[in-house]
Amino acid sequence: MAEEFAVRMVDITKAFGTKAVGTKVVANKNVHLDLRKGEILSLLGENGSGKTTLMNMLSGIYFPDSGKIFVDGNEVTIASPHDAFELGIGMVHQHFKLVNVLTAAENIELGLPGKTVVDRKAIAAKIQEICDRYGFVIDPNKKVYDMSVSEKQTLEIVKTLYRGANVLILDEPTAVLTPQETERLFAVMRNMKADGKSIIIITHKLHEVLEISDRVAVLRKGEYIGDMRTADADAQKLTDMMVGRAVALNIERSEPKDTVERLRIRGLTVKDPDGITRLDHIDLDVFGGEILGIAGISGCGQKELLESIAGLQPTEEGSSIRFFPEGGESAEGEELVGLNPRSIADMGVKLAFVPEDRLGMGLVGSMDLTDNMMLKRYRQGRGIFADRRPPHTLAETVVKELEVVTPSLDTPVRRLSGGNVQKVLVGREIAMSPTVLMSAYAVRGLDINTSYTIYRLLNEQKKKGVAVIYVGEDLDVLLELCDRIAVLCGGKLNAIVDGRATTKEEVGYLMTYLKDTDGKEGQA
Amino acid sequence: MNRSHEPLVHIAKRDGLVWWKNWIIRLISVVLALIVSALFIYSISKLNPLKVYGAMWNGAFGTSKRAWVTVRDTMLLLCIGIGLAPAFKMRFWNIGAEGQILVGGCATAAVMIYCGNTMPTWLMLVVMFAASCVAGAIWGLVPAVFKAHWNTNETLFTLMMNYIAIQLTNFLVSKWESPPGSNAVGVINLNTQSGWFPAIAGKQYLLNVIIVLVLAVAMYIYLRSSKQGYEIAVVGESENTARYAGISVKKVIIRTMAISGAICGVAGFINVAGAAHTISTEVAGGRGFTAIIVAWLAQFNSFVMILIAALIIFLQKGAIQIASQFNLNDYASNVVTGIILFFILGSEFFINYSVRFRGAKNGKEAGK
Amino acid sequence: MKFLSLLQSAIVYGTIILYGAVGEILTQKSGNLNLGVPGLMSLGAVGGFIVSRAYEIVYCGANEVAPVPLLCILCALLGALLFSGLGGLLYSFLTISLRANQNVTGLTLTIFGCALANFYGSALLQQHGGVGSLSLAVTSKAFRAVIPGLETVTVFYALGWLVYISIALAIFMQWFLNRTRVGLNLRAVGESPATADAAGINVTKYKYVATCVGACISGLGGLYYFVDYVKAAWTSDGTLEALGWLAVALVIFATWKPARAIWASYLFGALSWLYFYIGGLNRSSQEIFKMLPYAVTIAVLIIVSLRRSKESQPPASLGLSYFREER
Repeated sequence: MAEEFAVRMVDITKAFGTKAVGTKVVANKNVHLDLRKGEILSLLGENGSGKTTLMNMLSGIYFPDSGKIFVDGNEVTIASPHDAFELGIGMVHQHFKLVNVLTAAENIELGLPGKTVVDRKAIAAKIQEICDRYGFVIDPNKKVYDMSVSEKQTLEIVKTLYRGANVLILDEPTAVLTPQETERLFAVMRNMKADGKSIIIITHKLHEVLEISDRVAVLRKGEYIGDMRTADADAQKLTDMMVGRAVALNIERSEPKDTVERLRIRGLTVKDPDGITRLDHIDLDVFGGEILGIAGISGCGQKELLESIAGLQPTEEGSSIRFFPEGGESAEGEELVGLNPRSIADMGVKLAFVPEDRLGMGLVGSMDLTDNMMLKRYRQGRGIFADRRPPHTLAETVVKELEVVTPSLDTPVRRLSGGNVQKVLVGREIAMSPTVLMSAYAVRGLDINTSYTIYRLLNEQKKKGVAVIYVGEDLDVLLELCDRIAVLCGGKLNAIVDGRATTKEEVGYLMTYLKDTDGKEGQA
Repeated sequence: MNRSHEPLVHIAKRDGLVWWKNWIIRLISVVLALIVSALFIYSISKLNPLKVYGAMWNGAFGTSKRAWVTVRDTMLLLCIGIGLAPAFKMRFWNIGAEGQILVGGCATAAVMIYCGNTMPTWLMLVVMFAASCVAGAIWGLVPAVFKAHWNTNETLFTLMMNYIAIQLTNFLVSKWESPPGSNAVGVINLNTQSGWFPAIAGKQYLLNVIIVLVLAVAMYIYLRSSKQGYEIAVVGESENTARYAGISVKKVIIRTMAISGAICGVAGFINVAGAAHTISTEVAGGRGFTAIIVAWLAQFNSFVMILIAALIIFLQKGAIQIASQFNLNDYASNVVTGIILFFILGSEFFINYSVRFRGAKNGKEAGK
Repeated sequence: MKFLSLLQSAIVYGTIILYGAVGEILTQKSGNLNLGVPGLMSLGAVGGFIVSRAYEIVYCGANEVAPVPLLCILCALLGALLFSGLGGLLYSFLTISLRANQNVTGLTLTIFGCALANFYGSALLQQHGGVGSLSLAVTSKAFRAVIPGLETVTVFYALGWLVYISIALAIFMQWFLNRTRVGLNLRAVGESPATADAAGINVTKYKYVATCVGACISGLGGLYYFVDYVKAAWTSDGTLEALGWLAVALVIFATWKPARAIWASYLFGALSWLYFYIGGLNRSSQEIFKMLPYAVTIAVLIIVSLRRSKESQPPASLGLSYFREER
């Protein structure tokens, strides 16, 4: 009897963290997953629901703490990517695993057994065969550093097929693609399915799930919720499974009072070093006394927006960010574009910034709490010596008021747990009594209690008249916390909606569908 | 398929070990190194290994003069280590100490030769100090500027700068050689002793010690307590964070390398004016490389550097003593240096990582 | 005539650093920046010295037989490869298994290797009564053998067979790195060990083998210096150490391409001896001339970083240790 399942994962549990930190984060808890032969399975879940971790255990990156994996009905041990590939499992990661200085063909051939001398012609022929069968276009002699993102992704898929993969795992493949490229990818996936391959696609975009997959399995907070045939599913059902019962977070939200214009952003355009436009003529006003939410699929320009305001991001000609110390009506304001963080601070602009990369940008992991507290104020005081008393006092205050769990003030912040790291960072930024407070993914990876502490702190700042910018990924939070929500889509500002009036559906829609200037609608 | 579920050896990064455990591991590595060194010396001298260290002690501290030379050389090595510390703390691989010492030494020798007997000793010392600082700083600045602006690989750049300095030194040696044809400069100002470090309280090398110890304390305070020291630490840890905090990374790189080069230049000054009283490539003589290892192993702490420098110089002096007793050559000293450095380098692994073998599931650690 | 004479010195001198550089290119392609090249070359030289002396002087002298040239060659090669290979193994163990810092380990290897070589080299000389008293005539002659028919041809009459081997080795290395499967995998290890690991390549094994084989090749440079350049009469004058650093410079100058290292090494050799052939230079200006190879290397380093050409960059993971996923 032919085995029905290509892959079965049974009762998989995986936790991260070390004893020293004292906390273990459970990424997957007793998860089951079945993949039938010749089907496309969507693995759906919000950010941080454990989708990628689960798939990494199938592709040999991580090893499960407990549980069993069956491939073609046989129990297997997958201890390395090599094991996975011998079992016919190939994964295309979000961060491509390609060697830049090698050609497409060389990347494909990497690590495979074979004749001593690499036979480029034979490889190219085999690549061509795969391309023809499934409809890929690839130049075997092109170097990876000359390739676009979409070409690199194609190369990764061809690579797994070339290695004889029967099971393909694609981790959020469409996040980096244009609509046309996405269509092409889906066409190829259908061809592969027709050829008998089994595919798992990790995604959090509902319309893609409905469009491409046969079945959909849902994870929530590391736990397996269930699966269903796509034909039986609709957006509402899937959303319910993904987010659970309609979540009432009961985040406090006061009416904005005495709002004054603090920032006037006009024509803000940012290109990355490769010349790709990350932000496209953004016009946005930021008011003191309110929380402005920024929504968008990850990588749609949120980081560039905040870093432009903070003076960390070179901007294109014509960009303007004006800061109004006395409010928008009163004066000309001061231009922030072209300044660096130090000159912005020297101008007296109190700009607090809680960046996404807490230990890689906001804090210095190897330094203790006191030294981290003085990161932005070490210049204070005369003389060549840094005065460590004020930051020490501040560290004590932050630890006490925010209930930071730390062995001592001399502990390197790297050794604190994620929530405590964030408390240290937010505590420091708030202590500078800012005029503008920007935060990026402020509650990512935090437990419920710490998250509420952060919301409370942001609200307190709002009441004090601070202009708060909150970049978030959890729509429930955005909807309950923010007064206005600016939705970014592919580097463009798609719309600004009222946080009290809008719905989750509307924001979700605006995140994925770009409203065209001439009224037409296009997909992004 | 009968494969085990876990790899044979599991290596995990430690989250910091209690300080005394660190030191026990280091101590064990030093003891092991001493044993291997003793075996090496035994193999060439057939001296009872227990007596080896007695003889070495005699070589390093046997007479008052020997003891002072040992202290002098320790201070010289320490001085270079102090110079390298800020650069390394910034994660800037300054392999160029050798060259920075030499140009500092050349500048000192130039002052001694051209300005000898024209000014009082104290002024002479100040001028030489300043000249060696400037020369060393320039040698440090060149690679730093390129690193800061174009991210030119500083390891290879500073390495090449060493050889430019060596050829420059050879050029000056042939220019200043005395007597002609000797291919050496000879003792400068032999009769007047102009520009030589004066003896303090009858001790010839006391000034060397004072200068270096002052520098050591100053560097310790600079790195720990000054604003610039804080900037260096942040840049070394993460350039992203530095930019976030409003620190100009370029400026810090350039400034720090100027300081680093200047102190290495001062080491050249101390050696030329305070010990050798001549100039040749031996003024650096590989110390620039040894000091890199000293600074790295001490993790840029001035006081730990004293210990490591003293250990290395002690072993070198001891090995030289034994070599000369047994009519062998001085290279033995660097062999012993190499052995001890290899051991300390290897021991860092057991400080930073815990090794767990399969089966020892309960986190039993097979350290050293 | 002057030019041909310069060419000859350039090739002989260049061959020493060519070996050093080809070995170091192989090592660096695996992501290991081994600053121990001078130490490895010294170890190679002294290894060849110790083993071939044991055969030519001790064994043949005691048994009163004439040394067989072929055995002389084998003994010298064996000694050179063994000593430098062990040096490479030590470096590999410390940097790969014990994850020690590569720069520091390499520098220690240079200090240790040069000292050990000079120590034993000088000690052996002393046993025989000092400098000039001990020369391995048969070994040296065997290595300096000229290709038949070229004995009287200008330039070529002075080139021992190790010169041709070095050229062949460099070309082979270029072919190996770019055309073979193992070379391809090795380059991936040096560029992106995580990617190589994911592709099923044993990163640790590749790094170990490349570093040790690279060390052996560098060691051959030391052997060539000893048996050919100084005619198997040991000297501890530091020349070999300087040549070792020149080999590191050559790796940069050749932008990590072994075939380019061939002509570049002769250029370095020519630059090093140019002062000798330019009339009217006194000794001090000669010293300035000897700066040229290093100055030129710095220029190349700067140009490479300014141009940001993606082809001429060092291997992307050069100098970094690799460990798999730690979370």
